[in-house]
Amino acid sequence: MSNDLVKIEVDGKEVEAKKGQMVIEVTDRIGAYIPRFCYHEKLSIAANCRMCLVEVEKAPKPLPACATPVMEGMKVFTRSPAAIAAQKATMEFLLINHPLDCPICDQGGECELQDLALGYGRDISRYNERKRVVKDKDIGPLVSTDMTRCIHCTRCVRFGEEVTGLQELGTTERGENMKIGTYIEKSLDHELSANIIDLCPVGALNNKPYRYSARAWEMAQRATVSPHDCVGSNMYAHVLRGRVKRIVPRENESINETWLSDRDRFSYEGIYSADRLLTPRLKLDGEWQDISWDDALQKLASVLKAVAGEKVGVLASPGSTVEEFHLLSRLADHIGTTNLDHRIRQRDFSDQVNDPLQPWLGCSIEDVEKAGAILIVGSNVRKEAPIIAHRLRKASLSGSNVNVVNHAEYDYYFSLDQHIHGAGLVEQLAGIAVAAAGNNLPVSVANICDGVRPTAAQTAIAKSLSDAESALVVTGLIAARHKASSVVRALSAVIADATGAKFGSLSESANSAGAHLAGLLPHRGRGGALRKNVGLSAAEIPGAKLDALLLFGIEPDVDLSGSGNPVDELEAQKFVAAFTPFASESLLRSADLMLPIGTFAETSGTFINCESRWQSFSGVANPVGEARPGWKVLRVLGNLIGADGFDYATSEEIRDEFAAALGEIAPDNRYSGTRSLSLLDDVDSAAEQQDVPMYQVDSVVRRARALQLTPEAKRAAGNVS
Amino acid sequence: MSDSNILSEHVRQEIDHWKARFPEGRQRSAVIGALHAVQHHNDGFLTAELMNGVADYLGLPTIQVYEVATFYSMFQTKPVGRHNVAICTNVSCMLRGADDLVEHVENRLGVKLGESTEDGRIYLKREEECLAACCGAPMMMVDHKYHENLTLEKVDEILDGLE
Repeated sequence: MSNDLVKIEVDGKEVEAKKGQMVIEVTDRIGAYIPRFCYHEKLSIAANCRMCLVEVEKAPKPLPACATPVMEGMKVFTRSPAAIAAQKATMEFLLINHPLDCPICDQGGECELQDLALGYGRDISRYNERKRVVKDKDIGPLVSTDMTRCIHCTRCVRFGEEVTGLQELGTTERGENMKIGTYIEKSLDHELSANIIDLCPVGALNNKPYRYSARAWEMAQRATVSPHDCVGSNMYAHVLRGRVKRIVPRENESINETWLSDRDRFSYEGIYSADRLLTPRLKLDGEWQDISWDDALQKLASVLKAVAGEKVGVLASPGSTVEEFHLLSRLADHIGTTNLDHRIRQRDFSDQVNDPLQPWLGCSIEDVEKAGAILIVGSNVRKEAPIIAHRLRKASLSGSNVNVVNHAEYDYYFSLDQHIHGAGLVEQLAGIAVAAAGNNLPVSVANICDGVRPTAAQTAIAKSLSDAESALVVTGLIAARHKASSVVRALSAVIADATGAKFGSLSESANSAGAHLAGLLPHRGRGGALRKNVGLSAAEIPGAKLDALLLFGIEPDVDLSGSGNPVDELEAQKFVAAFTPFASESLLRSADLMLPIGTFAETSGTFINCESRWQSFSGVANPVGEARPGWKVLRVLGNLIGADGFDYATSEEIRDEFAAALGEIAPDNRYSGTRSLSLLDDVDSAAEQQDVPMYQVDSVVRRARALQLTPEAKRAAGNVS
Repeated sequence: MSDSNILSEHVRQEIDHWKARFPEGRQRSAVIGALHAVQHHNDGFLTAELMNGVADYLGLPTIQVYEVATFYSMFQTKPVGRHNVAICTNVSCMLRGADDLVEHVENRLGVKLGESTEDGRIYLKREEECLAACCGAPMMMVDHKYHENLTLEKVDEILDGLE
């Protein structure tokens, strides 16, 4: 778009506009409202609803504001009698076939058509003929359809084609018979697909799990942050009588724009799963018994006071809050243990001392789409962080050179320049590293790259990264879970260094960065200070013969990836206390004490996302049963075991204390390892790679009913639909 | 789900011919030509598998092929009779008695517009728009062939001649 400015007049007011801008962009900017259905600033222009007709001087007919470019001296009238008449006429046409079922429509009260009908519709319809009826479609467990209500704005169709890159909905047939659908009945399968619920200006596409369960005007809207990936998408919880009824995106252009992944949108169902732990429970002679909070915490405190500090372990989910991490870390200090970790899916800890102080994307989320060349290493990125994948797609569409090195072939829905898969990550990265660095390989990887000759594809990747003005190398979660993740990281860092690219990584869950900074690590304390006594890692803790183990938000059978069977191993531990929202089978077997803590919706806290952005949120819903926010439980426990300074009144106090203790820490991904790394024979094979299914990443998602019915979840479970 | 193996070598060549007419990356433009070719070699109708095959062959989302196939009246998305009989009912033909022709044929074949005869011999095409042969109205098209200046007798003769 040109930067030349033109002057136009809107309703008699002179306005400057960029050449090539559409009238509606200008009027939106100055706050002169023009009604619209099909226009959406994130989608291409369709100009098919005709609701935005305005009068333009010297034009013989009203013009659609969304598709009329500004011109020097143009005079636009948005509220003139001719404009209003045109808008009212359009509204009358749109209402001809629209059913009058607002009282039983979920969209009622937040419906663009309803709102505009109030402003532009007649009180009485002149239309006496039969209205058309369109059969509803089953497009999966997330989005309900009432296609008779559809006004054919095609926002949902354009969303598929332009935003997700997987067009699932289309307009079939024509004229009176035209309809939106999939033609062949199928479930929507893209991880962002449910955004069409928000895009749909009427009640045709609606939120299926939420269906008929509340009215828009009786719910409170509370801001929160997604706990499921390292993006930290902003969202609103809509809450009725203390219960989350649905989740919708909260616009934040620098994080999730106006979108939300299906995982973030529908995970809330997990909060209300039947196996929520409602009261503290203690296992006495193999039998679980409900006990009071007082007794439960007294019991735990007495155990912790009785055992030797170094015989205590702490494992926390990387989706816990900063406040919880800080208190856990302080408790561990008081107890005198360094056996604490949150890297529950990591398997290689051999080079942990050279890990960055906090995982970091290497740039802001927004800047991902501005990189001229990108290399993604070991990542099923669409499933790991859907919003990052969307940014990558935008980069690819705007001409960036995007490359992928993975063990398996995944669909990306954007064009890749080099897509290497099928061989081991280390082998491939070594080739790229040699192509990029030539003979200047640092000693850390020299051994591994010895004798490697880059292939044409590997050379092409190195060249595109070197040639681009701004390049980015990002390692994903498959790389982080690699059996030789230290080697993968070192090689990726070498590639980035040699090509002048920024270097970053995706991290597990919402708050790996917070856990790192809080010192939820066996080798580093708060702020990254190296520990003198390096404790046991997440892989070692379950099998170690400890006297007491604290599990925070962990389900042993599915969250832990040690060498043995974690549930058996935990069962053999002397005393296992689980802070958990859910009474999972594996905890019932392996734990001795269960304390009900709140999920992300029931606690206040802070997540630090992959771009090192701190996002605090308050609790949006009432805790289920006797569940309490994790930080409050830890505070009381701290007091009971006699730790100093555990008298926090609010989570903000904890956060501020933590932030003050940290001081300024700038994220830094430089790799400075000087030890020569080596590789065992089998660790790099495809069979050794770990890709956790998208809807299995944490305990809340695993219990989200609708998500578990999606094709994605069924494929992961082995029942291909 | 979508697999272009279902398309014969001959059909692929025809699709390639259409594809070559449009710039690189604009293969979506070749959908109409491709569907014509596929339908022609499948007794005059399309199946979901064939449409998927076209989508796969052209590298398009399947829905984009369904959209085209359902939009145009010359594509049949359900099985129909072997011979496609389309009687024009647009203005010129209507003024020259097309409605009588339609009524006559409907009675004779025992099917309504848009239906096929039970023996699968004839498909009486749903409402046909102008085929640009107004000077020979009334007219009909049978399997891509125009028949003009029709009378009831002439129509009978043509229909009887269909295998």
